[in-house]
Amino acid sequence: MMLHALISGDRPRSRILTALLLAIFLGLLFAPFLFPGVRALETAARISVFILLAASYDLLLGYTGVVSFAHTMFFGMGAYGVGLASQHMGRGYGSLIVGSLAGAALAAAFAFLIALFSLRVRAIFFAMITLAVASAVAVLVSQLSSITGGEDGFTFQIPRALGPANRMGEFMGVQITGKILNYYVVFFCSLILFLVLLRIVNSPFGRVLQAIRENDFRAEAIGYRVVRYRTIATCISAAVAALAGSLFALWLRYVGPDTTLSFELMLDLLLIVVIGGMGTIWGAVIGATLMVLAQTYLQDLMGSAAEATAAIPLLSRLLDPDRWLLWLGVLFILSVYFFPAGIVGRLRAGR
Amino acid sequence: MTEVLETSGLTVRFGGHVAVDAVSCAFRAGELTAIVGPNGAGKTTYFNLISGQIAASSGSVRLMGQDIGRLSPSERCKRGLGRAFQLTNLFPGLSVLENVRLAIQAHRPVSASLFSMVSRHTGLTDEAMAVLERVRLATVKDQPVSELSHGNQRKLEVAMLIALDPKVYMFDEPTAGMSGDEAPVVLDLIAGLKAQTDRTILLVEHKMDVIRTLADRIIVLHNGALVADGEPAEVIASDVVQEAYMGKELTDV
Repeated sequence: MMLHALISGDRPRSRILTALLLAIFLGLLFAPFLFPGVRALETAARISVFILLAASYDLLLGYTGVVSFAHTMFFGMGAYGVGLASQHMGRGYGSLIVGSLAGAALAAAFAFLIALFSLRVRAIFFAMITLAVASAVAVLVSQLSSITGGEDGFTFQIPRALGPANRMGEFMGVQITGKILNYYVVFFCSLILFLVLLRIVNSPFGRVLQAIRENDFRAEAIGYRVVRYRTIATCISAAVAALAGSLFALWLRYVGPDTTLSFELMLDLLLIVVIGGMGTIWGAVIGATLMVLAQTYLQDLMGSAAEATAAIPLLSRLLDPDRWLLWLGVLFILSVYFFPAGIVGRLRAGR
Repeated sequence: MTEVLETSGLTVRFGGHVAVDAVSCAFRAGELTAIVGPNGAGKTTYFNLISGQIAASSGSVRLMGQDIGRLSPSERCKRGLGRAFQLTNLFPGLSVLENVRLAIQAHRPVSASLFSMVSRHTGLTDEAMAVLERVRLATVKDQPVSELSHGNQRKLEVAMLIALDPKVYMFDEPTAGMSGDEAPVVLDLIAGLKAQTDRTILLVEHKMDVIRTLADRIIVLHNGALVADGEPAEVIASDVVQEAYMGKELTDV
C-alpha cells in the first residue's frame, strides 16, 4: 500500500493519535482556506517548520540517545545560508537553493567535526562541546555585524512570485497571493523531509541507532562501530535542521539571532520533543503543534479569561496576559508529570 | 588441529593488582574449553581482554594467526569472535525479534541502508525467526526484552551469539540463575554448536556436571594465572582444582 510505504510502516498505533495526526495534517494542508488571516498562516508555517526541526532533533535525542545543544545553531546555519545567498547573489530561486545546500553542508561539516572530537570519548562530552560551540557561534554572529547584521539580523528579498505582492486571483473565496504559495513551498518541503526522517528511523540503519541508544556497549560488542553510527546520525540531523532553518528564513524573509539561534529556542525544542514523546517521530508533530499554538494563542486566551474574571481580584491578576509564561511553565510541568513517555507514549499505552 | 585463538603472555594490571597474569593458551577448532576457577580468579577479565572490552597491559591475542590485540570490540566481532555476557546485556527497549535481527544484520552492508524499510527485509526476519525457533523463543518474539523472564533473557543472550555466527563462541556462565528445567535448553544448544566441528567454544562455568558432559578440555585460572590445563577428568582430580574449589591455600603451583 502506498500510504504504508509513505509512512514507512510506522503506524501511529492509537486511534486518538491517528485522529490527532490526521487533524493536524489536514489543518496544515488547507490552512490558508480553513483559517484565513495573516496570523493563522504565520502560525501554520511555524508549526510546519518546527515539526521538521523537532523531528530532526528527535533522530538524535530520542533515537540515538545523544544530547545536543547545538541544534538551533544548525537551524541558524540554514537560515543564514538562505539569507546571505539571497543578499549577495540577488533574489531568485538559485540563491534559495544554493543558500539551503550551503547551509546544510556547513551544518553537516560542523556536526561531523564536533562528533569526531567528542563522541569518541563519551556521549555526555558531546553535550558539553555542542553547548560551547553553539554559544561561540551565537556570539560570533552577533559580533560580525557587517556580515550578519548583528543582533538585528537582516531582511532580504525572495522571488517575487512568493511575495505578498503577487496576486493570482481568488479561489474558494480566498485571495491567492504569493504568500500562500510561499506557505505551500514551506509546507510541502517540510512534509517531504519529515517523511524522509520517518523512513530513516524505520530503516535497518535506524534500528542500529535504537540499539545504540538501548545499550551502546552491546551494540559495539556485536560488531557495530558505535562512533561511526552516532556521527552519521548527528550529520543527518544537523543537515535536516539546517534545511528547516532555510525554510523558516524563506517564510520570514528575515534572519536574526532571536528567531534562529537563541538558547530559548533550543529549550523550546527540547520541550517539544520531550512532551511529544522521545524516540517516536510522531511525537514531534504533536509536540510542535501544541507548543506553537500555546505560544501564539495562550496570551489571547488569557486576555479574555482575565476580562471574564475581572470581578475576582486575585484570579484576574493571575490570568493577566503578562503571566502567560508562568502558565506555559505550569502546563509543561503537568504534562511531563502525567506523560513521562510523552503524549505519544501515553496514547500508545492506552488508558 | 589448527589454532584458531591464541593468547600469549596476556596480562592486565589495575593499579598494583594483576587481574590476569601472563596467560598463554591456544584454542583449537572443534574444541570446547571450559574455563574454571574461584570467584575473582580473572575468568571474565580474561574474556574481556580477548573480546576487547578492556585493553591488555602486555601480551597478545591472535585470531587465525592475526594479532587482534589493538582492535576495537566491534572489529574483533567482525573477524569472528562472538561473546555472550555473564550479566544479561541486551537491548531492553526493543523486541526479542529486533534484538536477534540486529545481531544478524550486524556484519552485513544492509546496516548502512538508510532509506529502505525494515519490514521489506524479509530475509533478515526469516533468519532471525529461525534462530528464535532454535532457542524456543519464537512465541515471545514481539515482547520487549525488558518484560522477558530471566531464563528467557539468558536464552536470548545465547540466541544473539548464534545469530552472529562467529568462529569463536565465548560463553560466560550461560546458565547462571536459570531454573533447572530451563538450563538444559541452553546446554543442548551449546552441545549442538560443538557438533559443528569447525567451531571453537570457550565456556566459563561453575557447575562441574555441566563441565564433565560438555568440555573437551579444562583450563584453571587462579589469582589471574593459568594453573592447570588438560583433559577434564585429570584436571578435576588434580590437587590444584580440589584446593582452589575447596578454598584452601595454594602453596606451590
